[in-house]
Amino acid sequence: MDKILVGLKRVVDYNVRVRVKSDGSGVETDGVKMSINPFDEIALEEALRIKESGGANEVVVVSVGTSEAQQQLRTGLAMGADRAILIATDDAPDVLSCARALHEIVNREDPGLVIVGKQAIDDDNSQTGQMLAALWGRPQATCASKIELDGDKAIVTREVDIGIEKIEVDLPAVVTADLRLNEPRYVKLPDIMKAKKKPLDEIAFAELGVDPGPQIAHSSYEPPSERAKGVMVDDVQGLVTALKDKGLL
Amino acid sequence: MSRILVIAEHDGSTLNASIAKTVACAAQIENAEIDVLVLADTAAPIATEAASLASVSRVLTIENAANAHSLAALLAPQIVAAAQNYTHVFGPSTTFGKDLMPRVAALLGVNQISDIMSVAGSHEFKRPIYAGNVVVTLNAPADVIVVATVRTASYKAVETGNSAPIESITVDADLPTHTRFLEAQAGSSDRPDLQTAASVVAGGRALGSVENFDLIYALADKLGAGVGATRAAVDAGYVANELQVGQTGKIIAPDLYIAIGISGAIQHVTGIKDAGTIVAINKDEEAPIFEVADIGLAGDLFTIVPELTEALG
Repeated sequence: MDKILVGLKRVVDYNVRVRVKSDGSGVETDGVKMSINPFDEIALEEALRIKESGGANEVVVVSVGTSEAQQQLRTGLAMGADRAILIATDDAPDVLSCARALHEIVNREDPGLVIVGKQAIDDDNSQTGQMLAALWGRPQATCASKIELDGDKAIVTREVDIGIEKIEVDLPAVVTADLRLNEPRYVKLPDIMKAKKKPLDEIAFAELGVDPGPQIAHSSYEPPSERAKGVMVDDVQGLVTALKDKGLL
Repeated sequence: MSRILVIAEHDGSTLNASIAKTVACAAQIENAEIDVLVLADTAAPIATEAASLASVSRVLTIENAANAHSLAALLAPQIVAAAQNYTHVFGPSTTFGKDLMPRVAALLGVNQISDIMSVAGSHEFKRPIYAGNVVVTLNAPADVIVVATVRTASYKAVETGNSAPIESITVDADLPTHTRFLEAQAGSSDRPDLQTAASVVAGGRALGSVENFDLIYALADKLGAGVGATRAAVDAGYVANELQVGQTGKIIAPDLYIAIGISGAIQHVTGIKDAGTIVAINKDEEAPIFEVADIGLAGDLFTIVPELTEALG
C-alpha cells in the first residue's frame, strides 16, 4: 500500500499518578511529564515495521491537540515516521469530534491502513478507532496482537475476553493496537536530530469544518473511594484464621 | 420515561454473564423500560435466558446467519435501526461491548460513555478515568440518545425468574461484507471464568516461570477459584492474555481475590478495587499491594503458597 496513517495522542505519562485539582474542575497536569499514549506508540511501531518490510511506502503520524503535541509528533518522526500532521486546537474536543477530524484527514490522505492505540491511558475510553471506522464506512479490527497483510486484505489476530479471535478485513481498514502487538523501539539521538528536518504540517481544527455534535458535560472530578486499611498476619495459620473469620473458607 | 435497549453479548448459544449486570445498571435509572436485543444466527436459547432476567420488559431478536459471530461492523447498523425509539443503548464494557458501542454511537452521531460505574440520573453518570485514579461525573444531553458501556464489576447481576415476552423483529440495514470472522481460540480451562468466579487467585512476575505458575493453579483448584495474572506475567509468557487483570485487561469483582507475588501497580489495582476481600502475599513488605489488601502476609511465596494450599486440605 502507499500510506499508513497512525494516530498519536499526547497524554500524562504512564508513571505519573495524577491528582484531582482541589476545586474538582479537572486533573492536575501542570508540570506533569507528558508522553505519547503507549498504545499509540505500539501502533506507530507496527506501521514502521510494515513499511520496513516493504508493505507500505510512507508512514504519516497525526495528532489532535495543542501546539505542545508537536513534541509527541516529533518523537514519532524520530521513531521513523516520514511526516506529521497536527490538527491544532486549544480546546479539548470530544472523541466524536476527534474521530470526525481524523476522518477529514483520512479523506485527504487516502491511507491504505489506519492504526491507533486501543485506548488512551488518560480517559480510558477506547473509542476513537471504532468511531473513525464507522464514519469512514470501513472495517475495524480492535485489540490487535498480530497483523498479517495479504494484498488488499489483512488478517488480524485480536485479544478478546475468551482468548484469541482472528478476523479478515478488506483494506483500507482501521486497526487498534493492543499491548502484545510489538515492543516499540527506542529513539536514538541521531534520529532525534533527523526528525527536526522532517515535515510537520499544522492544520487548524476549525478549518476542517467538523460538526462538534451533542456535547457531554464533565461536571466534576473526584478521587476514587479508598478501601479501608487492612491487617497484616504473621503466617499461613493467621491467614487461614482471618479468612475463616470472614466466612470465606 | 427512559426506554433502554441492552445489547446482548453471547457465544452463539448462551448469554454472557455481563448482561445481567448491564441490566442491573440500566435498572438504576428511574422509571425505565428495559428491552434486551439479541442479534444471533439462532436466537431462541439466548433470548430465553435474557427473558428470565429481572427488570427486563421485552426481549427482541434479530436472526441472521451474518450474526453468527459478533462482528461490530455488521451488528452496528442493525442496532442503529433497532434503537430508533429508545432513549438509551447500553452494552457491557467487555471486549465485545468496547468494540461495538463506539461504532453504534458514531453511526448515531453521538458521543459514547465508557464504563458507567454509577447512575445519578437518567443522563448523569460516573465513570473512572486515569486507570481508576479519578472518577468523573458526566452529564449527557437529554435531547439525544445515550450510548454507553457498563463497567460490569460495579454491579451485581439481577435476579432470574422473570419471563419477559420474546419478539422477533426485522430491521432495514445494509450489512457490509468487508469484515469476515475466521476463527476463535478460547483458552482451555476447566476452572471458573475469571470474570464471574467468586474467588480468584492471581500471580505476578515474581512467579518467575510458566512452571512456577502451577503453584497458583494448585491453590486455585483447592479453592474452586478462577486464575488471573498481571500484565507483566502475561507479557513474560507465563499465562495467556485472557487472564490479564487491570486497566487494559479485565476488571473483576470476586468475593475473594488472592494476589500472589503482585507488587500492586495502579494499573493492576484498578482491576480489583471492587473485590470483596483482597489478600496479598508478597516478599516486599513495602509493596503497594498491601495498601489495598484487607489481609496481608509478607514473605516468600514459594514457601507460603504450598503451605497455604496444604492447610486448606
